Amino acid sequence: MGLTARPSDNLARTDTNPGSGESWVATRLDFLVNWGRAGSLWPMPFGTACCAIEFMATAASRFDLARFGMERMSFSPRQADVLICAGRVPFKLAPVLRRIWQQMPQPKWCISMGACASSGGMFDNYAVVQGIDTIIPVDVYVPGCPPRPEGLLYGILMLQEKVKRERMSDTALRNEMDPDPKSGLYIPPQAIDELSEPFGNSVHQTRSGL
Amino acid sequence: MSAPFSVVIPGSAAPDAPAPATPRNLPNRGGPANPSADALRAKFGGGIVRVEVIWGETSVYVDRTRLFDIVQWLHDDPAQRYDYLSDVTAVEYRDPEQPLEVVWHLRSLPFRRFLRLKVELARDGKTPLAVPSVWSVYKGADWLERECYDMFGIRFVGHPDLRRILMWEQYHEGFPLRKDFPLRGRFSRAEQLRQALAANPEARYSMEELTIAQAFEDLPEAMRTRLLGGERTGE
Repeated sequence: MGLTARPSDNLARTDTNPGSGESWVATRLDFLVNWGRAGSLWPMPFGTACCAIEFMATAASRFDLARFGMERMSFSPRQADVLICAGRVPFKLAPVLRRIWQQMPQPKWCISMGACASSGGMFDNYAVVQGIDTIIPVDVYVPGCPPRPEGLLYGILMLQEKVKRERMSDTALRNEMDPDPKSGLYIPPQAIDELSEPFGNSVHQTRSGL
Repeated sequence: MSAPFSVVIPGSAAPDAPAPATPRNLPNRGGPANPSADALRAKFGGGIVRVEVIWGETSVYVDRTRLFDIVQWLHDDPAQRYDYLSDVTAVEYRDPEQPLEVVWHLRSLPFRRFLRLKVELARDGKTPLAVPSVWSVYKGADWLERECYDMFGIRFVGHPDLRRILMWEQYHEGFPLRKDFPLRGRFSRAEQLRQALAANPEARYSMEELTIAQAFEDLPEAMRTRLLGGERTGE
């Protein structure tokens, strides 16, 4: 899904009665809600590595994240809308990231910034989570090592586009799911093993089979 | 032990020594050894296994049972004054015949000397992977020895709080820097993730840390009551 022009059926119709001082607007409710949400996403920065430096550059004056309604960094997850995970996540940090995600109120979104957060990157070893989508649901993946600020901005614009396309009658674009109560994971364990197997640079090593 | 926070001026004990400079044209092996090596030989004799000089740095291989006395003496003797322990680590070689080495890097600021102590632990299955802790001499050894234990599984006998420091405490896949440890760990990714997610983030804070914290009075009433009641935070 790239950034494409949206169909113009969301245009609000206005009519003014000259002289009466009254005006009215007619639009769809979810268009209005989505418009409000997309324009005021508050990011929760979860920066663990060099991607966080690029994220700071994105938020600073040259690239100016505030242009897109992200004026305020929310350093408390309870007041945040979008979790931006920038950097590699070791297994020791996995329960912390999960806890922060669970503390965010709905509706909430997640951007996985950079190769490490998206797939473990070059760190295919015993200590690093192979993609944060094994811990929490992710909406937008931003590739790069680290991504340039333009890349992150593109990902944020894609997320805004996704927010604007949501429909109340259709949960395809935003499905607030709970982790599987048995495994505590959002995707099945077999899928995690399958996904993390072919990636990485290390030679294949046998495991004990657990 | 010397008084805490005494000022140490580098080189003050050897005013006639030449000014420190980057050594050049060093031989790979041999060359003048650190004078402390001869002093150690004279003092401890059989406790010193051998002395090697590599790239101008002196490595003294010592006996495991004498290690603590040697470190204590190097720290306290007025002619040695090794007052700074800069590193504790271990080396394992891929050759299984080679013993596992535990390494201490000692530095004497007053004499501007550097000394490397090594203890060899034979991998014959009979030698325990244990060395004496030098925590009672150098308090800075606390976390260094914990890290060495975490990564190599070497027990430091006498350490007050020997537990994992980098990996979480319930981690039981093994010791990651050992040669028999697979790079990606022993368990499958899903199993690793399940075990990691089972940890309680609040359990990172030990009861002691929470109780003595300056912010203890600012904690919520319920948490203070729980802490004062002696409840553990999760582990």
